[in-house]
Amino acid sequence: MIENVKELLKAHEGLKHEVYLDLENSSTVPKEVIEAMLPYFSQRAYGNPTLTHKPGWEAFETIMELTQKIAHFLGCKTLEEVNFTPGETEANNLALIGTAFSMKDKGKKLVISEVEPISILHVTELLQKYGFKTTKVPVDKEGFINLEKLGEVVDKETILVSLSAANHEIGTVQPIKEALEIVKDKNSGTIFHTDASDAYGKIPFTVKDLGVDLATVSSYKILGPRGIGALYVRQGVNVERILEGQIGTQKLWPGVENTPLIVGFAKASELAFQNFENNVNHMQKLQDKLLAGIFGRISDVKLNGPKGDRRAPDNANVSFLKCEGEALTIELSLSGVYVSSGSACTRRILQPSHVLVAIGRNFEEAHGSILMKITRYHTEEDINYVLDVIPKAVERIREITGSTGVE
Amino acid sequence: MSRMPLPYNPKVLELFRNPKNLGKMEDATVVAVAGNPACGDMITFYLKISDQEVIEKASFESYGCAANIATASIVTEMIKEMKLEDAWKITWKSVAEAVGGLPSIKFHCGILAVGALKRAIRAYCKNKRLSPGWLPEELSFEEKQALEEEELSRILSKRMRTEE
Ligand code: FES
Repeated sequence: MIENVKELLKAHEGLKHEVYLDLENSSTVPKEVIEAMLPYFSQRAYGNPTLTHKPGWEAFETIMELTQKIAHFLGCKTLEEVNFTPGETEANNLALIGTAFSMKDKGKKLVISEVEPISILHVTELLQKYGFKTTKVPVDKEGFINLEKLGEVVDKETILVSLSAANHEIGTVQPIKEALEIVKDKNSGTIFHTDASDAYGKIPFTVKDLGVDLATVSSYKILGPRGIGALYVRQGVNVERILEGQIGTQKLWPGVENTPLIVGFAKASELAFQNFENNVNHMQKLQDKLLAGIFGRISDVKLNGPKGDRRAPDNANVSFLKCEGEALTIELSLSGVYVSSGSACTRRILQPSHVLVAIGRNFEEAHGSILMKITRYHTEEDINYVLDVIPKAVERIREITGSTGVE
Repeated sequence: MSRMPLPYNPKVLELFRNPKNLGKMEDATVVAVAGNPACGDMITFYLKISDQEVIEKASFESYGCAANIATASIVTEMIKEMKLEDAWKITWKSVAEAVGGLPSIKFHCGILAVGALKRAIRAYCKNKRLSPGWLPEELSFEEKQALEEEELSRILSKRMRTEE
């Protein structure tokens, strides 16, 4: 197997340009972030922050100062509201399972939407085995939650509602504030969680303005290192630990704090927020260019998700009809353009992306879907290159499709 | 819903990049399809068969993944100049072997390719009102699997429509 991968990599030799657009699935970490992290592996603050020696106190100082920073970007009231976890998946698990644990006597009902990330979806499935029930609120053709339905399904039994702030696949920016009001109106005791991983650093919000009880943020989604994220837990909200072990500075996550990763996460946050508007404008400009270029050059293309301001500035998700997505990702990779697909062929159980299905895309439309995300580091040249490569790749795969499937 | 790592081997990659015998055949004696456009995975085989029951030409079109493209392509190579009887004996396993092995999650793509081939052979015999001894009445493994996959995708897409 490994030999095969070596050969696959060899096939990529001599690429003259490479553009990484698969930011949904992992990130490229900018130099500034890596440089900020480096000293923390062995030069300073390498101690355990709970211990009584210099490297330990340095670690404590570092973690507290950086927690302060992230708390500020999120708009928290206190430092204690920021709880580091090893990532978005873990923060979502903590939010859902931790709330289910703490609220199990108040009710057994969870409400999510049909377009939540896998780390929400699968956790609710797990909880169903332990007596909890989940209701999924439908979304419209652009991925917006049906607020009326949301109001109908939340009841006295509902202990938690979880709706992501910006959709990870199709970029839909949800009306979280409105949704929250509807939920609290029906049941003021319901805990409201939002996975804000795709909103943090891209869409202006604070947890205070939104009024949410819990919010997930992730480091790699803002070009920080993988392996770190955080769960915001509003003061006064009780979430139980889901793992046990040595508790240090993080009351909700046991184990030794990973100071270099926290440094990287904080640095990435700082870079995303220090020129927030410029960054967003840059992403939006390239997003427009990319989408306009694709629609101008290629026929039979569909945009997945909304247009304009109601779409996250980095997200481009399009379906190329008569063009299977996995084949297309390989073809693009061989030209140095790295993307992912929601095609059933890329999935273990041969079903297309549940998000695309939820917005009413049929199998065929999902079959040729490609997800791309833009960062502030991408350039006009990058997008020009992508726009040069994609039409050729689509044309070649469509040639293989030929008349197959044409009724 | 999870993804899988797909370490395709060099042979699959080569056939994906430069598929042999790609495209519609205008003078085909028989055409067969396997898979379902509703789910995407779909393959068409075109065969030109002589009166001596020899496959003179074969070509394909694939609306599927790289494994599907590669296996279909190699099948068209394997059966060239072959007698129908011998072509019938080709199994998805021998095809998977011929492309240097497939990741297990991609077995069905090879099965679909061979399913389409066997359907084509069966259709030819039916059209010509032939019932040679080597052609069993019972569907082959690959034909059955193709049917199953088509059925599954029909159910899935129906479920999707009713959920809308
Ligand atoms: S054709 Fe869909 S997985 Fe191979």
